[in-house]
Amino acid sequence: MHDRVLSGEPLVRSNRLAARYPGASVPAISSITFAVEAGQRVALLGPNGGGKSTLFRAITGELAPSSGELELGVGHPALVPQSERSRLDYPVSALDVALMGSVSRLPWWRRPSRADRALARESLRRVGLEDETNTTFGELSGGQRQRVLVARALVQDSPLLLLDEPFAGIDAPSAELLAALFDQLAAEGRGLLMATHDIEQARSWDLVLCCNRVQIAFGDPAQVLTREVIERTYGSSLVPLPGDESLAITPPHHHDHFEADR
Amino acid sequence: MLPGLVGAALLGLPLVLGGAIGLAVGASLIALVGRIKVLSSEIAVSVVITSLFGAGVLLGLAPTTPAGLGGILFGDLLAVGFGDIALAAGYAAIVLAILFVLHEGLLATGFDRLNAKALGRSPAPLDLVLALLLAGATLVAVQALGNLLVVAMLIGPAASARLLTRRIGPMMLTAVAIAWVASLVGLYASYHAELAAGAAVTCALVLAFVVALLTRRLRDLLASDSRRRGRGEQSRGLRLRSRRA
Ligand SMILES: Nc1ncnc2c1ncn2[C@@H]1O[C@H](COP(=O)(O)OP(=O)(O)O)[C@@H](O)[C@H]1O
Ligand SMILES: [Mg+2]
Repeated sequence: MHDRVLSGEPLVRSNRLAARYPGASVPAISSITFAVEAGQRVALLGPNGGGKSTLFRAITGELAPSSGELELGVGHPALVPQSERSRLDYPVSALDVALMGSVSRLPWWRRPSRADRALARESLRRVGLEDETNTTFGELSGGQRQRVLVARALVQDSPLLLLDEPFAGIDAPSAELLAALFDQLAAEGRGLLMATHDIEQARSWDLVLCCNRVQIAFGDPAQVLTREVIERTYGSSLVPLPGDESLAITPPHHHDHFEADR
Repeated sequence: MLPGLVGAALLGLPLVLGGAIGLAVGASLIALVGRIKVLSSEIAVSVVITSLFGAGVLLGLAPTTPAGLGGILFGDLLAVGFGDIALAAGYAAIVLAILFVLHEGLLATGFDRLNAKALGRSPAPLDLVLALLLAGATLVAVQALGNLLVVAMLIGPAASARLLTRRIGPMMLTAVAIAWVASLVGLYASYHAELAAGAAVTCALVLAFVVALLTRRLRDLLASDSRRRGRGEQSRGLRLRSRRA
């Protein structure tokens, strides 16, 4: 399934892409021109409501482009959604959730095979949750839930991973584990597109896409992430740190809460 | 489906036919009303169901209605014959087979509807399949159970089981067990206390739900209690679910 890896073609590429929600008068995102190639880690920066999740929805096919082009490589891209939006009252175990990833590779009449189950267990082990396979999803800590969703994406075994703020509101050990895992996945030749609020982390990735309803910049973080670009990306949610040249972003989520490892 | 049933009774058509037409009209109305932006889908469903129900009662009260409305609302449990049971068993087998095949897809769309497409499943066809299965079950059971008891029988055991279980599989088994026990208890009660069979079974279902609710409350109380104790006395190893407590 990784033939694109060899051919060097992008896993996803867009050209002046715009997407609009049904009933909305203006597109939620527009003028998005970028590409993710195999083995690349691309950070997606933008304020709340800047259209990061919307771009993911366009890539997964949830939202049709209203103009421009969007080209995908082979396979369904795997999405790790914002975990704070997931249902906690649902009667499923961590393993059940991980196994849902196999659904994307199967036709509707096929059930997950023994190999799929093994892969689901292996993926939970990779995110350090081998002891929680039978725990109810809603009873896990925030960081553990996020890791289960990442495991689900691993089960999808897609060449392209879309990570929607995977570090939002998770404990430090989970964050460390995920950061190492993402580097590993890129080294395996997968492409990663990750929405984040962490500019410093974005600097350490291969490429950065800045987006505030329209695309502000795309390219090498060292060249792209100038003060001017950051200001235009975050608009009014930026506050200058007193007596300092650098900038801080006001807390992006009112519901962000740091959860200690339990 | 009530207006359909009553209409069929009025026109002398088979009840099943009337019920099917009523169901189809009701389902389309729900889908249509659900498209009105300002209304949430729950409101759409309740509005359609209550107005259709009202229309059905009005029709049923028409002096020309041959079969009493009571029969349509409450059915006739004691008149169930071998054919009815065979039909129900056959239908149950079909439902089980379909649910078995679609299990992971249904689970995935229920868990994360918004992003189901990212897993390669659209919620709409799965919704339709579920709605059709439900309509079929209603249709198969309505002659024996009547319009009201069918609803109680479809919702009661599932709602009770949801309170008692933490996984879908056990939830299904528990729901079936609750339905069986409630039916048996209801029938015995109706025999000994000379109550209407359908009404007695409905009461048993309600009772089962109340018991399930109390059990759940009690369990949650105990759990939070042991969690509190676990926090206070960590060294004594008393914590039941220590990793998550
Ligand atoms: N389901 C939706 N329907 C209509 N508008 C939406 C929907 N989801 C998001 N939006 C709008 O699209 C814009 C971008 O939102 P989103 O992509 O969620 O931003 P981000 O993920 O960067 O915080 C926001 O203005 C938001 O109000
Ligand atoms: Mg978002």
